[in-house]
Parts: sequence; C-alpha cells; structure tokens
Amino acid sequence: MNKPKTKYVGLEKRKAIAGYLFISPFILGFLLFMVKPFFQSLYMSFCNVELGAATFKMHFTKLENYYFCFRIDPEYTSLLGTEITRMIIYSLAIIVFSFFIALILNQKFKGRALVRAVFFLPVILSSGVMLGLESNNQLIAALQQSIEDTTSGVSVTDALQTILRTTGVGVKAYEKVFEIIDNIYDVALASGIQIIIFLSGLQTIPRSMYEAADIEGCTAWESLWKITFPSISSLFLVNWIYTVIDFCMRSDNKVIDKIQVIMIDNLNYGAASAMTWIYFLIVIAFVGITSFFISKGVYYND
Amino acid sequence: MTKNKNIQQVSFWERNRKSEGYLLKKKIMEIAVVICRFILLFGLCFLILQPILNKISVSFMTEPDLFNPIVISIPVHFTTDNYRVTAEIMNYSKGIVNSLVISFTVSLLQIAVCTIVGYGFARFKFPLKNFWFACVMLVILIPPQVISNSLFIHFRFFDVFGIIKAIRGEALNLRGLPIPYYMMSAGCMGLKNGLYIYMIRQFFRNIPNDMEEAAYVDGCGTFKTFFTIMLPEGKPIITSCFLFSFVWQWTDGFYSKMFLGTTTLLSTSIARLVDSIGAYIQRVQGIKTTVSVAYSNCILGTGTLMLVAPLLVLYLFAQRQFVESISSSGIKM
Repeated sequence: MNKPKTKYVGLEKRKAIAGYLFISPFILGFLLFMVKPFFQSLYMSFCNVELGAATFKMHFTKLENYYFCFRIDPEYTSLLGTEITRMIIYSLAIIVFSFFIALILNQKFKGRALVRAVFFLPVILSSGVMLGLESNNQLIAALQQSIEDTTSGVSVTDALQTILRTTGVGVKAYEKVFEIIDNIYDVALASGIQIIIFLSGLQTIPRSMYEAADIEGCTAWESLWKITFPSISSLFLVNWIYTVIDFCMRSDNKVIDKIQVIMIDNLNYGAASAMTWIYFLIVIAFVGITSFFISKGVYYND
Repeated sequence: MTKNKNIQQVSFWERNRKSEGYLLKKKIMEIAVVICRFILLFGLCFLILQPILNKISVSFMTEPDLFNPIVISIPVHFTTDNYRVTAEIMNYSKGIVNSLVISFTVSLLQIAVCTIVGYGFARFKFPLKNFWFACVMLVILIPPQVISNSLFIHFRFFDVFGIIKAIRGEALNLRGLPIPYYMMSAGCMGLKNGLYIYMIRQFFRNIPNDMEEAAYVDGCGTFKTFFTIMLPEGKPIITSCFLFSFVWQWTDGFYSKMFLGTTTLLSTSIARLVDSIGAYIQRVQGIKTTVSVAYSNCILGTGTLMLVAPLLVLYLFAQRQFVESISSSGIKM
C-alpha cells in the first residue's frame, strides 16, 4: 500500500539529482571563477603583492592600500567622485528617456518597424570597445565646439540656457540638465536594452483597460499615471539595476581605466584591488539603497 | 440600413457643429500629436544614425578632402584607400577570421551551458535552489572588474589542487592563451552570462507543466525530455541569446584584452589603431611624419565601420530575433 508514496519520493529525489546535474556547470564555475577570485581579490586589497617569475607573494599590510587610494594617489578620489555623480545623473536620464521612447514606440504609426530597428541599433553600436572610441573622438569634439561658437546667440537652446541661468534658482541643477541635453546621444546609445524591456511590459497591458478608463472620462495623462505607470512599475526596478550595473562596465569608465593602469602598467595589484573594492562597495551600496526605495513603490497586480 | 447611410452622409462640419466643436478639437489634437511625434522620432533616429552615415562618407575621402571646408558629406576625390590602409594596419583578414572563430565558439559554448543551467533552474525542485539562484543574481551584479586582478593571477599561476605543480614542478602559465576563457565560459562566468541564465530561465518557466508530465507518462526520461521537447520549444530565446552573446563578444574589449591579448582580434586591434598609424606610415614611406588628427580620426572611423559591418549585416537579417526575444521572456521581478 505504501508503494505509490515511496515511488513518488523516489521520483522527486531523482528530479532533485537531475536538477543539480543541470546546474552543476554553474556551481563549478561559480566556485572556481567567482568565489575564489572574489575573496582572493578582497584579501589582496589588504596585501602588498609581489610578482616573481614563477611565483607571487603576498604580505599582509593592513589598510595601507586603502590609505594609498585615498591619501597618496592624486587622481583616484576625484575620479571616483565625478564618475559616481555621472553614474547617478546618467542612469536617471536613461530611465526617463527609455520610458518615454517606449511609450512612443508602443503607439501605432507608419514606419514603426523601421523606427524600432533604429532605436535598438545601439545595442550593437554602443557595446564593448565601441563606446570608448566614440567618446575620445577629438574631431567631433572640435567640430562641436566650433558649431557652438558660431551659433551662440542664435540657437533656441542657448537662449533658453541664458534665460534659465539668469533666474538664479538652482543653477547647479540646470547645468546638469543642460549637460544631459547636450549629451543626449550618449543617453540614446545607452538605452537600447531598457527600451526593449519597457516595451515588452507595455505590450502586456490589455487595451480594454484604457478603453474603460476613456469611457469613464479619464484623460490620456491620467491613464498614463493611473494605468501605465503602476502596471510596469516593477520594470523600473529591473531597468534601474541593469542601467547602474551596465554603467560600471562601460569601457569609457574612468575609474576602471585608472585601475587598469595601476594594475597592468604599474603592477601594483594590491592598490588596484583596493580601488576596485572601494568602487564596487559604493556602487553596490547605491544599488541596494535605491532598489529598496524603488521596490517600495512597485505595485504588484497579483 | 438607410439610417446608417444617413449618418455617413452628414458632413464633418455638420457633425462638428452637433458635437459643439469637440470633434474639430479632437481632430486637431490628433494631427498635432502625429506631427510632433514625427519630428521627435525623425530627430532621434537621425541622431543615432548620423555618426554612422558620417563615418561612411568620411571613409571615402582623401586627406585633402578632410581639410576642405566645402566638402561636407560627398567627397571630391573618391577613394577606397582608407579601407586598404586600415585593413593593413588592423591585420583585418587575420583578425576577422580570429574574431569569427572566437566569438562563434565562445558564444556557442556559453549559450549551451547557460541553456542547461537555465533549464535546471526553471523546471526542477531541489534543495538550496533559491540560494543558488541568488548566486546567479550576484554574478549579474558583480562587475567582472572586481575579480579581474585576481583572475589574472589565477591563470598566470594556474593549478588544480596542486596537481600540476606536483607533476611539472611549477604552475602552468595560461596567460595569453584562449583556454582560460573557454574554461570560464564552460562555467557560466563569461561576458554577461548571468543575464542569459536569467532570461532563459524566465522563458522556460512559462512553459506549462503538462508537457513534461505527458512526456513522463509516455516514458520519456529527464534528459530526453530536455532534448526532444524543451529545446525545440525554447528555440526563439536560445537563438536570441546566442545573437546577443555573439555581438557582445565581438565588440568586447575587457575579456579579450585580459585573456586573449596575444590573439589578433578586431576588437583589440581597433583600440591600438590610432597609435599604430604613425608607425605604419613611417614604415611605408620611410619618413617620420606626424599624423594629423583629422586623418587619424578618418582611419579610426573606417576601422569602426569595418568592425561593425558584419554585425550590421547580422542585425539586418536577424532584427526580429534581437528584439522579440526579451519581450517573449517576460522579464519580471
């Protein structure tokens, strides 16, 4: 009589074993190439690493490397500051931009397929080494400068900028907005994946919801805030985390450049580890805190 | 029937008058939205495409054209010399073969392993499953830069529990060989592999349970179910993950620089392109010259075009797979 039950347990056990077999490559890789290097690099950040011809030695030196990062190295702290403010501002801009574009691309109009194809093109164009090449293109920078010089006083944006500057309220905030508008190309390039994610969320909202709201006398603006926003609020969290992390791995990130120089050119592995760890901890803390606040505002339908 | 016809014959203005101007207002609003949307989208599309178009036109110019203020987009002296020079500096024919082989094999391996792991996470119940999935999240979150210096040493002095040292007397130096990267790919630790696992898991989770049960009742084992039923089901997500992996591997600079430094790849040789122009010209002409900024940018632009050209062709043919993949996986949190 007991037979069916034991057999079920047997199946469950077999399935558990099969499951472990399926994920075993990940477990192996995770332990060998993630956990071990992770703790080793943490340990290295407290050490003075000496590279020999066939061996390497580590001397424990307490917080010396961290002291080096903050107090001795002339560039690191300022680079860290600029890079993190840039990260915050750009991530915000990318989220707003991609949400806006996804809203537009979700509408029906002629040539939509073409426009979508163009907007997802940055997924290819801004990946890997391409970004770094684009950003240090001196010719473009020189051209931009000359255009700005010749058109100052003529262009609408310049006039707007002067008006807003003279009002004198929150000048710093305006400057950041101007900076983003000037660099809208960078923002557009970095938001390919985010647009796809938002778009996939927008497509799951049933049309009937908007129709019902329309009949009840809801304006388009109201239904944006009351229907669209709550329905895809969870995607804001996903996109936010993706954007911040993606920003850390961009090839034009100056902190990473600095670390590469310290590691490969100066062969100072200890200091390089310490620098990476400081940067990593700040970013993770930032992601953690912001995600906590965003997740409080996320609305779950089910 | 007749009544219906009557309604249609009432003119627009008549209907507008009856609705007290509401209809006209609505129509004007609609047209305004269409115009604004067109301007906005046209501008943004132009913004994204303009650098490529610009690079294409510049790549056909001779050096005098670059300094000619009259020439903006159509070159006076049409030339394909830039392509020849760039190809020679970048060692293009060798680089493209290497890039193709490495990108193809690496992404094939990565996606094969990620599919297996993603399927495991989606369809099986086992102890500590949530813990391991949290580890996948951690892999997505930890930038590879954090562990890069340690990995550097790890593969410089490679050893498995001291076995190799016992046999050879010293640890293996695997730096500069592609083997470490293949090993990492086989362990799901390659470029953005956490993301692929996550996407594939999301996809497989949405497949109804009945299929598996039916297969089990018909006497299909776990592995046979995976290969004959689930893999064909998951074709769209696997293809698109493969495409992403291929493209990102193609342009990746970080892992390529770290593990494949000695292999001629397009992505690593383009980073050195500007620095090698001077040396190249000196070698060819025998005179030491300084390269003008405009010319080096022209060469760099041409190199960039040559780097992305294969990807653009791929994108043209497989654009649907790129875009629809993520939609179909239904990412949620």
